[in-house]
Amino acid sequence: MKIEVNAMGDACPIPVVKTKNAIRELNGPGVVRTAVDNEIAVQNLTKMANQKGYGVKSEKEAGGRFYVTMTIGEGAPEPPEAETCLVAPQDGAKQRKVVVAVSSAQMGSGSEELGRTLLKGFIYALGQQDQLPETILFYNGGASITCEDSPALEDLRSLEAQGVEILTCGTCLNFYGLTDKLQVGGVTNMYTIVEKMTGAALLVKP
Amino acid sequence: MEDKLIFCKGGGCTAKLGAGILSRVLDRLPRGPADENLLVGYDSRDDGAVYRLSDGLACVHTLDFFPPMVDDPYAFGQIAAANALSDIYAMGGAVRTALNIVCFPEAMDLNILGEILRGGAEKVIESGGVLAGGHSIADSDVKYGLSVTGVVDPEKMYRNNGGRPGDCLLLTKRLGVGIICTANRVGEASPEALAAAVQSMTTLNRDAADCCSRYDIHACTDVTGFGFLGHLHEMMDGRLSCRIDWKRVPYFPEAAAYADEFLLTAAAQRNRNHAGPFVRFEGTPFAVEEVLFDPQTSGGLLAALPEADALKLREDLRQRGFPAEIVGEITEKTGVEILVRG
Repeated sequence: MKIEVNAMGDACPIPVVKTKNAIRELNGPGVVRTAVDNEIAVQNLTKMANQKGYGVKSEKEAGGRFYVTMTIGEGAPEPPEAETCLVAPQDGAKQRKVVVAVSSAQMGSGSEELGRTLLKGFIYALGQQDQLPETILFYNGGASITCEDSPALEDLRSLEAQGVEILTCGTCLNFYGLTDKLQVGGVTNMYTIVEKMTGAALLVKP
Repeated sequence: MEDKLIFCKGGGCTAKLGAGILSRVLDRLPRGPADENLLVGYDSRDDGAVYRLSDGLACVHTLDFFPPMVDDPYAFGQIAAANALSDIYAMGGAVRTALNIVCFPEAMDLNILGEILRGGAEKVIESGGVLAGGHSIADSDVKYGLSVTGVVDPEKMYRNNGGRPGDCLLLTKRLGVGIICTANRVGEASPEALAAAVQSMTTLNRDAADCCSRYDIHACTDVTGFGFLGHLHEMMDGRLSCRIDWKRVPYFPEAAAYADEFLLTAAAQRNRNHAGPFVRFEGTPFAVEEVLFDPQTSGGLLAALPEADALKLREDLRQRGFPAEIVGEITEKTGVEILVRG
């Protein structure tokens, strides 16, 4: 089966979008030939074909018309899933993305005094692990842990020095009047918090 | 609705002419007699032109305008203005005056023009400058931007080619806004991704430049139409090399996802054609390559400075909410100008 695509006069990425639609329409092996009117579109189409593993050739005709011909082979034309996994690159087990979210100044519910001691102990123990987390997030009651008078500051600084990203919710600092009391790590927003949490391979909540 | 479709044809810095063809034209321009007070001009690939008025005082001139890259005229005005103002910050200067540059179709709804100009004017006020006038012409397509004049102490001015071996390279904003706007144009971008990109593009580089001013900045530029690697190539100035750790480069994850769908601009491919020969990728995913070539509108600052300063600057910037990261380091010139690896 062969499909002709006319993308003359179309600006990028329209030629690619039209060609992808035609390949979808093929629904299997076949040939898609796309006409475009500029060299850059040829290059972008060729790039796509190379990434997808399609056969590709291009030719220039008189009058500024280019043809890019893609041959879609048997079997799955989609590249394997692993190749498109960009957000969390895997370099073996050591790189497994661990994110710790601290939402309170205490660990667990029960005695407040005990809860505070437990959280301090948790952060200390975190720094003693073979595999350190990539990021520790602090929000709501947890925001005070990265601020002045926190018992965990020294351990957090040591974690940060070992490359652990420490982020505290800016809205929370503001709410508790702690904005100029932050002692360790950076300030973050909900967009980043959501991104970190949803991008984590393992999310730990003490 | 019809206005909206006409309004956004794909603009921003993706509309920029390629660096390659541009320099072929610029190299042939006649030059008048040299003026020793022109500190930065055509001979440099720097962000703005700098002219010395007296000892300790120079003017920075810059001009930027382009077609809309988003459908919302108010956001477009903010973005175009933030982008134009950015060149002053990239030189280490302060904004003084700005003039509007407008192309607008006579038949189009004037309220749209009002929204564009309102967005732009707000950004000029935020920059601490004064909107002092402008020029408008009737045209088939909408275009908007600013001509901006700033001041700088020539001794404290940032050039884009002053980097030294051992310097860290620090980037203050996420990459990928060009790909996200392109995906949006074909209806493939998520509203969240577009909102995050708009938020980034409307953020002035003023605070970032203010943070930089406290440290020993050897070189600085803003990442715009030539993409991260294109501007990095200019920064290497033919005498330096650098190593980039792509895993540290801040970018919008959606941009990489859309690049994997090949929602690519012509401008990104032009950037690849121009800067690609100077870059070697090792273990870098295709989508990240595309993000690194992606033309940025109102992109962040890219600064070269000593490591100790870079670590402190990164913290300062993060305190102010910037997704700043140290993305690599400058080395002595080697066989490969820009090595990108994981």
